[in-house]
Amino acid sequence: MAPPLLEVTGLACRRGGRMVFDRLSFGLGEGQLLALTGRNGSGKTSLLRALAGLTPPEAGTVAWQGEDIARDRESWRGRLAWLGHLDGLKGDLSVIENLLTAERLRGGEAGDRLDGALLAFDLTALAAREVRTLSAGQRRRTALARIVLSQAPLWLLDEPLNALDAPAQAAFRAALQIHLSAGGLAIAATHAELGIEGRSLELGSTLSSTSPPGGGEEHDGDVA
Amino acid sequence: MADLHFLANPARFRRFSQRVLPGLGFATALMLAVGFYMAFFVAPQDYQQGDTVRIMFVHVPSAWLSMAGYALLAALGASLLVWRHPLAALMARAAAPVGASFAAVCLLTGSLWGRPMWGTYWVWDARLTSMLLLFFLYLGHIALSRAYDSPERGDRAAAILALIGVINLPIIKFSVDWWNTLHQPASITRLDAPAIHTSILVPLLWMAVSLLLLFVFLVLLRTETEIDRRRLENAEAAA
Amino acid sequence: MSGFTALLTRDLRLVLRRPGDVGVVLAFFVVATVLFPLGIGPETNLLARIAAGVLWCAALFAALLSLERLFAADYEDGTLDLLLLAPWPLELAALAKCLAHWIVTGLPLSLLAPVLGIAFGLDGPSLLALGATLLVGTPTLSLIGGLAAALTLGARKSGALLALLALPLCVPTLIFGAGAIEALAAGEGIVTHVAILAALALVALATTPWAIAAALRQAGE
Repeated sequence: MAPPLLEVTGLACRRGGRMVFDRLSFGLGEGQLLALTGRNGSGKTSLLRALAGLTPPEAGTVAWQGEDIARDRESWRGRLAWLGHLDGLKGDLSVIENLLTAERLRGGEAGDRLDGALLAFDLTALAAREVRTLSAGQRRRTALARIVLSQAPLWLLDEPLNALDAPAQAAFRAALQIHLSAGGLAIAATHAELGIEGRSLELGSTLSSTSPPGGGEEHDGDVA
Repeated sequence: MADLHFLANPARFRRFSQRVLPGLGFATALMLAVGFYMAFFVAPQDYQQGDTVRIMFVHVPSAWLSMAGYALLAALGASLLVWRHPLAALMARAAAPVGASFAAVCLLTGSLWGRPMWGTYWVWDARLTSMLLLFFLYLGHIALSRAYDSPERGDRAAAILALIGVINLPIIKFSVDWWNTLHQPASITRLDAPAIHTSILVPLLWMAVSLLLLFVFLVLLRTETEIDRRRLENAEAAA
Repeated sequence: MSGFTALLTRDLRLVLRRPGDVGVVLAFFVVATVLFPLGIGPETNLLARIAAGVLWCAALFAALLSLERLFAADYEDGTLDLLLLAPWPLELAALAKCLAHWIVTGLPLSLLAPVLGIAFGLDGPSLLALGATLLVGTPTLSLIGGLAAALTLGARKSGALLALLALPLCVPTLIFGAGAIEALAAGEGIVTHVAILAALALVALATTPWAIAAALRQAGE
């Protein structure tokens, strides 16, 4: 079995004076999905932000292909596609303008891939509309289109299914499946079922500095 | 369960300050008493300014200490940003109001000193104006560090401000000096110590050292309070 | 297209979608300026003497007005996180934001001020000097203001706090900017002043992008 591309060792995170999680370790390989579950405040967002490098962890390392990401943060950021709680869209710009700008801000150029991203989330008809005129679900779809457009190997998604109706959720699953099949990795914090085979990590169960190695409970197989 | 991480250095510091503070306080009080005696009874009158020149013995050291205080804030800020030292943040929080107070004392004594000479409580003297701007920089630091719900965020923002501020201080001083020479005739209104003579110099230096001890005493005392406060806040958050 | 250019054009495009935002700032500048003759008296000699100071101060306040939203909008819609995660230096992003601010604030103010200067009785050379010094001085204000905006991102009373932080740091620019006009009126040259203003801008350029980036990272934590 191939060694995991992403290796997290002993990660600990502190927020506002308390430890949110401690001694968290896991590995993720090509084509694998990790779902983060747990109650609100259990540290799902904190973990995602620590992996992205937005928040410096209290302890522990994150390694990509064996190398500590702290050594070359800029390259690491280029490998990520980030979807936070907020959509990360400019209301006064159109869907297309948002997608093109987002890609340029990542140092890339959307080019031919734009149409595919719009199609993936049924945004072709809305392409020229300013984002502030869209519904919450449509905005979330636009944000997901941004993720698909990025072609980044690792997707970090915080509640991707938020505000999505059934067809949109199906579109998301399809896009995620394509990404994983192509060898991409994805870590998603979610309350709802993702509906794709992958591992899950539950945060927030027993959080103290005496928690067993792993800091959370890992399950393999279908995300229930 | 106790959060060991936080206690590491601040606890050691607190034990140190507990031992040192009483003796330091006593020494400070003693030195200040002697210093004031010298300033008011031993040092001679100035032939031009009379007794009011005695204010200088508080005014000049206050100026020095307020400037040194801001340099301290910058050093603590650098230490916080580079090494994430929790003690640096707490000491900066403690020191800023002390430095600001010395700046305020400098402004107040400067105003009182100038009154007999100028007839008003304020003139736009270069040094007083620079000191006023330094006082504003202090206020900004104090306000910024307390403007966030998360005290850590406030500490780190204030640290950046202190570093930028310390770089700008010479620039501000230079430009205010320039502005002053442009707008005022060169003669009268300089708040200067008269020609330095040993009978003036000794009390001045003595007062400078005494006030420095007072500065250190106050900072250590307030740092202890900040440590306790932060510990309490962390305990409440974890509960 | 580099990330810097992408960010700059995005912000400029956003301003174009809401031109009223720029208009409000310029309108404030005019109103604030007009208050002074109303408060002090319309005596022409006096106005000519205080013109430089009044216009420079009003420009400073107007520039500060639009700073509060400089990073706050990005913070609120989640695009700040995307900037923090962009694979190119955050310091460049900070520079792009300040440059965009200057283009829509400092630059128009520099062009508008000489027009108002006419109402204060400034002569031709003084008007030119006013425009020139503002042109060289306002970039510094955008940089310092950008830093204050980044430091107060998410803070309570961020508007007033921003002004408290920025204004003392802007004093050198104010002194040499307004001082140049007075020097001109006194028959001296303004080359030294402009050179010092340029030097101040360079110092700001060398120090503030790093500080802004550090402050933005703190906001993202």
